[in-house]
Amino acid sequence: MAHELGVIGATLLASGVEFVEALTIVLAMGTTRGWRSTWAGVGAALAALTVVTALAGYALERWLPEALLQLAVGTLLLIFGLQWLRKAILRSAGLKALHDEDATFRAEVEAARAAGEERRLGLDWFAFVVSFKGVFLEGLEIVFIVISFGLNGGSIALAVVGAALGGVLVLGAGLALHRPLARVPENTIKFAVGLLLSTFGTFWAVEGLGWFGPSEASLHWPGGDAALPVLLGLWALLAWAAVRLLAAPARTSETA
Amino acid sequence: MRRLGAGFLLFWWDFIVGDDWRIAAGVLVVLGVGALLVAGGDASQSLVATIMAAGIMLVAIGSIVTAALRASRR
Repeated sequence: MAHELGVIGATLLASGVEFVEALTIVLAMGTTRGWRSTWAGVGAALAALTVVTALAGYALERWLPEALLQLAVGTLLLIFGLQWLRKAILRSAGLKALHDEDATFRAEVEAARAAGEERRLGLDWFAFVVSFKGVFLEGLEIVFIVISFGLNGGSIALAVVGAALGGVLVLGAGLALHRPLARVPENTIKFAVGLLLSTFGTFWAVEGLGWFGPSEASLHWPGGDAALPVLLGLWALLAWAAVRLLAAPARTSETA
Repeated sequence: MRRLGAGFLLFWWDFIVGDDWRIAAGVLVVLGVGALLVAGGDASQSLVATIMAAGIMLVAIGSIVTAALRASRR
């Protein structure tokens, strides 16, 4: 049960954050350069993502033994998760500026207005390329997380459900408001996602080390799946302590 | 063609490694040690798992402290 909830929770939160960032870029392009070329860019990116997902998912599932898959995916999740967690801790401690979706939107709008008019294939090429890149890059992170959690959690369907829920929530809110979702507590969500990615990444990467053993079978954690909540607790404790310790000097220097 | 290849590699480097290569390097070093322990066959699975978890958390602490020191110097 911890596995299933973790898969849905992690993919929902992670995809939600990425959808927010993609939505900001798409809205900036659509409102300043026109929707036709913007939607063409979004559509092309979604098509490219579908191909990448199908190829990567097939290759990973067919060609890699279970333990090696756990090692590869766990290692990547761990590297991703630790990056997210580090940034979230620094932001919470006041050592790094919070991500400002409104500022990003303004910057994108300014860039869109300053860009020249270049037409290719009957499209506003700037709007097409920026929308394509924004959706493809953010989407690639979602795809990576869905494949990782889906394959290792034993259910691609659950991971897709989580990501789809995240997408529906963010896109629904974006369409209703027709503006970037600046009030989403992005750092809190990234904090949670960083904790989940680091937890599952640690769990699977270590299980995958069994591939180097004589039987090439996955390694077992003490307590089996019960190690997951313990790992999550340890990562949360580490993150909480880091924020407390780093925020204290920051507050002192602010009041000085 | 070479430019395209370099761009492709740079894209994946940015995507996977991100802005702190030390995290990726640290994780690979810790897991490399784990691989040697497992291949050696002397350590119990529980011990390997515990050592790995501790090592990975040390990598995280190192990365956070380094980034905090760099941020406070600015």
